[in-house]
Amino acid sequence: MSAETNDAMLELEAVTKSFGEGEARVEVLHGIDLRVRRGELVALVGPSGSGKSTLLNLIGLLDRATSGVLRVQGREVGPLDDAALTKLRGETLGFVFQFHHLVPALSVVENVMMPAALRAGGFDAAMRARATALLEAVGLKGQGERLPRQLSGGMQQRVAVARALMNDPPLVLADEPTGNLDTQSSDQVFELLRERHRELGTAFVIVTHDPTLAARCERVVRLVDGRVVADGTPDEVLEDRRARKA
Amino acid sequence: MRLALHLAWRFLREGRAQSILILAGVTIGVAAYVFVSSIISSLQKDLLSRTLGTQAQIVVSPPEPESRVLRDEGGVFLRRVEPPEPRRRPFDGWLRHVRTLESTDGVSAVCPKVAGPALAARGAAERAVLVVGADPSRLREIVDLASKLREGAYRTDGDQALVGDGLADELGLRLGAPFRVTTDRGPTTLRVAGIFDSGAASLDDGWVVTSLRTAQTITGRPGDVTELDLRVDDVYEAEVIAASIEAQTGLEAVSWMERNRDLLTALQSQDQSSTMIRVFVMLAVAMGIASVLVVSVVQRRGQIGILRAIGATRRLVLGVFLLQGAIFGVIGALLGVGLGAAFAKGLGNVTLFAIELEPSILIGAALISLATGLVSALLPARSAARLDPAAAIRGDG
Ligand SMILES: Nc1ncnc2c1ncn2[C@@H]1O[C@H](COP(=O)(O)OP(=O)(O)OP(=O)(O)O)[C@@H](O)[C@H]1O
Ligand SMILES: [Mg+2]
Repeated sequence: MSAETNDAMLELEAVTKSFGEGEARVEVLHGIDLRVRRGELVALVGPSGSGKSTLLNLIGLLDRATSGVLRVQGREVGPLDDAALTKLRGETLGFVFQFHHLVPALSVVENVMMPAALRAGGFDAAMRARATALLEAVGLKGQGERLPRQLSGGMQQRVAVARALMNDPPLVLADEPTGNLDTQSSDQVFELLRERHRELGTAFVIVTHDPTLAARCERVVRLVDGRVVADGTPDEVLEDRRARKA
Repeated sequence: MRLALHLAWRFLREGRAQSILILAGVTIGVAAYVFVSSIISSLQKDLLSRTLGTQAQIVVSPPEPESRVLRDEGGVFLRRVEPPEPRRRPFDGWLRHVRTLESTDGVSAVCPKVAGPALAARGAAERAVLVVGADPSRLREIVDLASKLREGAYRTDGDQALVGDGLADELGLRLGAPFRVTTDRGPTTLRVAGIFDSGAASLDDGWVVTSLRTAQTITGRPGDVTELDLRVDDVYEAEVIAASIEAQTGLEAVSWMERNRDLLTALQSQDQSSTMIRVFVMLAVAMGIASVLVVSVVQRRGQIGILRAIGATRRLVLGVFLLQGAIFGVIGALLGVGLGAAFAKGLGNVTLFAIELEPSILIGAALISLATGLVSALLPARSAARLDPAAAIRGDG
């Protein structure tokens, strides 16, 4: 294995994804090639329906590619069965979703602990301590015993960030993490992600509609109609957008 | 497992109203199960003990060719209980048969008995009676008259005899009163030592109980008996045991089951209807649990998707929903068994028969409740485990 491969968090080669059968079959992703290195902060942008969530679900091992190769930390995931995928997911990935951020039936601190608890098969004191510290880090000290519905949307999303970091995963996937938040909360949550990225070297792939957030990432990937049409620094990609608009 | 239990409990707590409603349903179902089972079983025991408390479970007598012919014409079984005509054929070797029968498997007591018709009279009043003679300690194993004595004492020495309260009323007999018993051998004078109330009219109105020897004298069968009355360990085995006795000894053996076909049929159809009620009640409970869990799975698609995304295996999700069913089953069992038992006991205070709470019914109901919970959770749990996490999070599919 070359040093280059070792450096890769994520590799996609000619990945396609189709939904439906026969007549109703629709190809949503057409041959995606993408590499994400360890510790990268990547924004995934593109118009609605371009396939961002579909791509993120593939990367997140929540869904399987129709064709092509997907490697996570150099390991090809195609041949893995559901149990192995679940294990890999629990160990290497953290998620922040736009909706259904948290498990409403569980308290805030239990939500944060859950990735570790699922790995260990139960809760323990060390987990609780770590979860409490993470909650403090996202500015939610003392909120651990409340239920998610008792928190505001922004607070809930910060809990989701804490949860995504619980197992200290090398890669966190966020699908419009700030999509339903007001500007101020959205800024707070995004800053939190960036801080974690800087402090822990965690790689992030963040789907966002917001160009100002995308501009604060290191790299921006633009998806249009299921193809990567631009990939580079925010200046390059977002400049490109402005140019096309004009 | 611990985690699955934790999640199951949290889900139940989250859907508190639903959980409490279905728990009430399970409780009522299990209570109905326990109630119906206890009532039917106690009622059956009561019927049986009333029937068998006043008759032998198997009556063994010497073979009687002409009565076999009569048997084919039907409707003569009553003659076996209380033969209306004196039978003069001796019971050859009855002592030897007593010993054989006593060592027969399943037979717990043998009572040699003399029974013969006679006319009891006091003054102008007359009654047809059956003079019954047996050793008190042996007769007690068949018909426990000592415990049914209303007045006097169980004494059958010399001219002392026991009579039923019906006969005592008819003849105006009091304790110590003499009365005449007449057979073709002539009259004998007996004295009332005790009056019993067995609850069975044939005994209370017709029996005159004496010692074996006195009865032998009155009926003119010195040293002889007319029948051997048997008690068996398992009353429902009586018919089988009777058949094997007939086969082995060549004697005639008639079980209570043969003599009480109607009762037996009634008991069986009670059993069947009680089983039907229980099956339908538990089916309703199962459907209740299943429908609550199906709705719960649909409502929690998003949560299940998130859990799967952050590392929950299919097995864990399966376990979480199976455990919810099991929790309904266990808590419903505890509450339902308690409630059903309380109801049955409560009813027992107003019914004519004692209601007994059998541990086997209570434990059986609890196990069936748990099994019902698990089985009805099976389908919803499988559908939860099979949820596609991507679709669940997206909120469709
Ligand atoms: N399960 C599915 N079955 C059929 N079509 C699907 C399915 N999931 C997604 N699609 C289609 O794939 C295309 C891409 O969807 P996707 O959700 O990935 O877009 P997106 O870029 O995330 O859009 P948005 O910005 O609105 O979230 C859409 O046309 C959508 O209708
Ligand atoms: Mg999307």
